[in-house]
Amino acid sequence: MRLSAIGCTAMTAAMLLAAAACGGRQEAQTGSTTAAGQCQGQQTTGITDTSIKLGGIYPLSGPASAYGDIPKGIKAYFDYVNAEKNGIGGRKVEFVVRDDGYQPPKAVEEARRLVEQEQVFALFQTLGTPSTTATWDYANQRKVPQIFVATGASKWGTDTAHPWTIGWQPNYVSEARVYAQYLKQERPDAKVAVLYQNDDFGKDLFGGFQRAVDGSRIKVVAEQSYEVTDPSIDPQMRNLAESGADVFLNITTPKFGSQALAADAKNTGWNPLHIVNNVSSSITVLKPVGFKNVQGVVSAAYYKDPNDPQWKNDPEMMLYFEKMKQYAPDANPAVPYFAFGWAVASSFHKAMESVKCPTREGLRDSVRALNNVQVGMLLPGVTMTTGADDGFPIESMQLMEFKGERWELFGDVIDTRKEFGPLTN
Amino acid sequence: MAGFLQQIIEGLGAGAIYASLALALVLIYQFTGIVNFAQGEMAMFSTYIAWQFTAGGMPFWLALVLTLAVSFAGGMLIERVLIRPVEGAHELTVVIVSVGLFIFVNAAAGWIWTFLIKDFPNPFPGGAIEAGGLTVGFSTLGILLVVGAVMGLLYLLFQHTKIGLGMRAVATNPESARLVGIRVGWTLALGWGLAATVGAVSGILVAPLLFLEPNMMSGVLIYAFAAATLGGFDSPAGAVAGGLIVGVAETLAGAYAGFIGSDLKIGVPLVIILGVLLVRPQGLFGRAAVERV
Repeated sequence: MRLSAIGCTAMTAAMLLAAAACGGRQEAQTGSTTAAGQCQGQQTTGITDTSIKLGGIYPLSGPASAYGDIPKGIKAYFDYVNAEKNGIGGRKVEFVVRDDGYQPPKAVEEARRLVEQEQVFALFQTLGTPSTTATWDYANQRKVPQIFVATGASKWGTDTAHPWTIGWQPNYVSEARVYAQYLKQERPDAKVAVLYQNDDFGKDLFGGFQRAVDGSRIKVVAEQSYEVTDPSIDPQMRNLAESGADVFLNITTPKFGSQALAADAKNTGWNPLHIVNNVSSSITVLKPVGFKNVQGVVSAAYYKDPNDPQWKNDPEMMLYFEKMKQYAPDANPAVPYFAFGWAVASSFHKAMESVKCPTREGLRDSVRALNNVQVGMLLPGVTMTTGADDGFPIESMQLMEFKGERWELFGDVIDTRKEFGPLTN
Repeated sequence: MAGFLQQIIEGLGAGAIYASLALALVLIYQFTGIVNFAQGEMAMFSTYIAWQFTAGGMPFWLALVLTLAVSFAGGMLIERVLIRPVEGAHELTVVIVSVGLFIFVNAAAGWIWTFLIKDFPNPFPGGAIEAGGLTVGFSTLGILLVVGAVMGLLYLLFQHTKIGLGMRAVATNPESARLVGIRVGWTLALGWGLAATVGAVSGILVAPLLFLEPNMMSGVLIYAFAAATLGGFDSPAGAVAGGLIVGVAETLAGAYAGFIGSDLKIGVPLVIILGVLLVRPQGLFGRAAVERV
């Protein structure tokens, strides 16, 4: 009898829990936007007629915490839109930020928390290829939009099994194509030496470059990889210098980017055209090397650099500086990460405005049907376009050269989809 | 041939870096009989202190002296506060404490100075000596000289001073050492202080090459362990020789063994550690521990 008594208690407890859980769900649904008409039966979690709740996962602590500035730029943008524009189409945006310390297992935990406890409408940005890879299965199983992830891996666009996940920034293959296009025009007989990080990121960009120069006279004459655990990339740089290449493609993350730039500057016997990838083109990477040592280095960009004086009178940049001062007074708006956050938040604004149904399905479809959408913080000529066979919002970039103490844009915006055709697996 | 010799020179340059940290590992092992996993992070933290001094406008050499003094005091403090409570406990306990210290120091440096990389002034001139098609950078020479000098000083300290004698006694047999009047506690603290100082020298030597950031020493530490194991954990000369051998072996393997290339380079120190432990556990220069029963 004792046993069944315990059984009864357990069952009662379980039923109580279930009832409580049901109650919770019902409560979450009251007041939410009703999905009527053609939107019948679609998910309306996290969205009401007056609010929309988004969740983002960033490394606010740990080795990649420099990226933790991005959500501050996003928050400033949403605060400004909430206070002065009555939100997005009358819906005030609540943006919940969680810290994963750049650790994929923690990102999964935080994604679950955002979806199941916070009941967010969508995951608006997960940062980094590892964390996004760890969470996209979950987001797609739960049918939660995972919008504009902050990583340039090409798989967010080429993959077809995860329709709820989409990238935003130009993918690494697009970026590689921009450099290939530049070399085809300026150095058609280039002999290229490549240093790349031995992981998904490095291989994505390097592989894209190889495919893009395939069939041209440009040859990769030397390639060296490094592990993120290597203390130094000096031995690799030495081997590359011996190849006598006249172009050096630097596919690295910040610390190794600085080391490679410094090694190139130190070696006076080898003076290739130095192309550094966008990931390592931040001023915070170049400054430790010394500005005098990085003159003439080439990279590519797609959004406006707040340090560039040519945008001084640009309406969007002026608005950005004004509102950052007002809504994020502690942040230094000259740091490009804030501008990145601002740009991606206003991109979300545009996508959300054009949804047919105010539902998760509606957002999923809207970010895959962007038609030449202009975003103020993106470079002129860089727009967002997606479609049934195009999962890459931004695929254009413009080249830039380091002069004095800042990057200077040159040439025309290169639309890699137009030049090289759609990117497939 | 010139290319081969050049690779050896570069290997010696890299090896000198590993040797400098291996010296600190050997030192603390000599004094206290434990392996300090946090040695690299302590060195990194000391380097940040030096950076802070120079960023405040202090001349490099004054900053260096101050940093060494602060590191010495800091090392002693760590021994007094963290290691003393587990003194005499199982070796594993001490290892766990040093691993905990590793994580803590790393996180603390990130918290104080952020994870953005910083440049560190190079004490050596930027040029290089060129002779017969070979190039030897002044900074490589400088590092080799400093490491050699530190090794010499440590040798003198170990073999020809009363403190060195006392500390060897403490490492061999703490109980007997105490009975003959050696202040065991202070000797251990002294060991940690000295090791932290040598570590600081190591950090300051590598920072101009690797750029300063909280994970600067974690890669170096693996190679330093290989160097110390190869040379023998109780021999400063062995640590330096071990460091140089590891550096050269790694560079040559990366450059000439095609199947290793740059991808598997990190495996070289592991193979060295394993090989030495199998064939000659006390290391090339180490003495096998002999105990009278």
